[in-house]
Amino acid sequence: MKEMKEVKKTKKSRFSIDIKYIPALAAMFLFIASYAIGGMLYGDRGFLTLRNFTSIFTDNAYLGVSAVGMTFVIISGGIDLSVGSVAALSTMLIAWCTAELNMDSRLVLGLVLALGTFMGFMMGVLIDKLKVPPFIATLIGMFLARGLCFLISIQSITINDPLLRTLGRWRIRLVQRPPAHINISVIIFAVVLVTGIVIMQYTKFGRGVYAFGGNRQSAMLMGLPTSRIQIGVYAFNGFCSALAGVLFAFYTFSGYGRHLYGMELDVISSVVIGGSLLSGGVGYPIGSLFGIMIHGVILKYISFNGKLSSWWTKIAVGVLLLLFIALQRFIVYVADRNKKILKEH
Amino acid sequence: MEDPAALLQASKIEKSFPGVHALKKVDFTLRKGEVHSLMGENGAGKSTLIKCLTGVYGIDGGDIYFQGQSIRPTSPQHAARLGISSVYQEVNLCPNLSVAENIFVGREPMKGPFVRWKAMEKSAGEILSRFDIHIDVRRSLDSYSIAIQQMIAIARAINVSAQVLILDEPTSSLDKTEVGKLFEIVRRLKSEGMGIIFITHFLDQVYEISDRITVLRNGELVGEYKAKGLSKIALVTKMVGKDYDELTSVSRVESGGDNEVVISLEEVSARHSIENVSLELRRSEVVGFAGLLGSGRTEAANVMFGLEHNSSGTVRLKGTAVRLASPAEAIRRRIALCPEDRKRDGIIGELSIRENIILALQARYGLFKYIKKKQQNEMAGKYIELLGIATPDSEKKAGELSGGNQQKLILARWLATEPEVMLLDEPTRGIDVGAKAEIMKLTLDLCRQGMAIAFISSELDEVVRMSNKVIIMRDRAKTGEIAEKDLNQDAILRAIAGGDAS
Repeated sequence: MKEMKEVKKTKKSRFSIDIKYIPALAAMFLFIASYAIGGMLYGDRGFLTLRNFTSIFTDNAYLGVSAVGMTFVIISGGIDLSVGSVAALSTMLIAWCTAELNMDSRLVLGLVLALGTFMGFMMGVLIDKLKVPPFIATLIGMFLARGLCFLISIQSITINDPLLRTLGRWRIRLVQRPPAHINISVIIFAVVLVTGIVIMQYTKFGRGVYAFGGNRQSAMLMGLPTSRIQIGVYAFNGFCSALAGVLFAFYTFSGYGRHLYGMELDVISSVVIGGSLLSGGVGYPIGSLFGIMIHGVILKYISFNGKLSSWWTKIAVGVLLLLFIALQRFIVYVADRNKKILKEH
Repeated sequence: MEDPAALLQASKIEKSFPGVHALKKVDFTLRKGEVHSLMGENGAGKSTLIKCLTGVYGIDGGDIYFQGQSIRPTSPQHAARLGISSVYQEVNLCPNLSVAENIFVGREPMKGPFVRWKAMEKSAGEILSRFDIHIDVRRSLDSYSIAIQQMIAIARAINVSAQVLILDEPTSSLDKTEVGKLFEIVRRLKSEGMGIIFITHFLDQVYEISDRITVLRNGELVGEYKAKGLSKIALVTKMVGKDYDELTSVSRVESGGDNEVVISLEEVSARHSIENVSLELRRSEVVGFAGLLGSGRTEAANVMFGLEHNSSGTVRLKGTAVRLASPAEAIRRRIALCPEDRKRDGIIGELSIRENIILALQARYGLFKYIKKKQQNEMAGKYIELLGIATPDSEKKAGELSGGNQQKLILARWLATEPEVMLLDEPTRGIDVGAKAEIMKLTLDLCRQGMAIAFISSELDEVVRMSNKVIIMRDRAKTGEIAEKDLNQDAILRAIAGGDAS
């Protein structure tokens, strides 16, 4: 055929936001908006104070740490249901080892983090080598970790270790009145978040995770170490789960097998609201931060209102999830349609 | 044995799969700075040979020499490290990563543990500008056309300091200008001393670019020829092992022109797809659809199959206005569609041949009607024989069949539903000459038996040879109709290009 249209060589470079950033940006705006609305409703009772703002972080830092790990998993196209159980097991081990076995608390912290990483690693091996679907492999991990908690004790164990008590109580006061502070959990969360961002954006491993989540067949054919990537993601998330458990132990000073039931779903929903695509390949740790904060603000609404049942959190999160998943589908649809139009020209 | 100019040499390669002797003592020599086409029908062993050379399969016998050294690639990555890179028809890149990353992922320029994005994007831009492609390398890959993606795949492949580049059907989804562009790049690489193995089904492209041609047939080497000294007819004859005449002997079914109208569109429009299209398909007639990619020819078929819904106008089935809400309904009304992209929309590769054949039938009977295993087997056996699908048995996975056989399988699936209207969208794309002739003959047989057929193809000579009437599509609208007596390639080309054809 003689009359063929010119190949489109260049795309007009104009200012435009890449469509893949939109869910994360939407989460950011939603957070700002929900915070502003909270200010309008409860401003007279101190919703807008720095104290209230920082408490969103101090209350949810453990969730945030877990969300960073979960972001890795979801970008790689997987899912991890074990995070709540592994975190609970961590609180249990910390309490038991320090209270019953009188072990050195620094050693215990190290062991707990190593165990979490190892459990994540093993789930990764199951998924990668035995081709067990992530949902099933991490379900196994979830039951195993939860069961181990009760094997140790069916009671709640209080943490009295002086070092852990000191660490848990340590805080930096930002303003005196009303008192606003950040604690060690917030600092650890910040470190984990920044590390997560740097790993995802600037290391071979992080870029490999994106490639793997985008198209694992291609990632393999492009010569990426896909096994290492996949197992690494679950190991990292195992570490984050254990660390989340450590922060929760600082928060409650107790270890208990009933801690953090259903945390995995809060974390997954926050990550999705934060703009990570469950199909993999797209997402940002910073988006998950906003996901967690939105979750935190909803909790604040309920505590400021005082009359609402805390189950409203679940309903609100459910509605938000629905909206964000609809938004993601819409974006995929728009992207596909644009592609179609591009192809026709 | 060794040729001093040889870059890559395969000697007496043997490869067997259960039930198939895929390569029988095949020799192949690629020299520095040449484009070497590998030709043969589907199942001749081209892909198997390539997969042996790139380490996807291990070889059962023979030797591979690369620059005089004996090698045994164990994986595509290993082959790439040795200097043998391949680019496949399906672009194997990550759509969510940026263009620059797709070129560099896995070997990014690093500073300590960190990726140097700026440097990476700069070199990506430089590499692509060598190909005369000027795009924003920071955008994600999926914002660009398949053609650009293909060239990015090539950029990635040769950036691994490749000496041998294997292009497996790189042009099947490109239009003419894009192919031209690709060939420019190929020529440049060739002049830099790279050896290029080229596989395609387009004969014209073979002659346009190749220096040498190696022909395989049934897993055996037929011979190696200089492209200049081999005529097209001779080449096809060597590939098929029989005369080219067979293809040219295909000719349309005579039609009185006043057969019963089976399906018709009356001024039908559908959003984003076609505008104001009227047409009729009659019993025992083949209606050809011609037009460029995206002209609306595929979309018109989709409307008749209930995949896209008309926003205005009427679809009539044997005179009665109908609303085709879904493909399931179209199937119940005895309409069948063989889609353009058989891998994506047609074949379910993981299922067996039998299961693939039964699928559409099941759709017509409803999900809950059980079709007896015995009946399934009979049906599968019948169509395998009828269409000449080359397979040891009906339980082979459909994904393991060659392109031509997959196409026959799709036909078989639809024939099992005993359709009255058959919509064929590019049924001969990506399959070899022999299989093409077979598919065309089968289609004409069906037509003779009374089926109404829509035949959509970019291969104009096929359209001319098969059709009783050709509908010209342009910019989503029907721009003309050419009757049987005025039918020739020139007339179609003129009509597509914009002359008045009616």
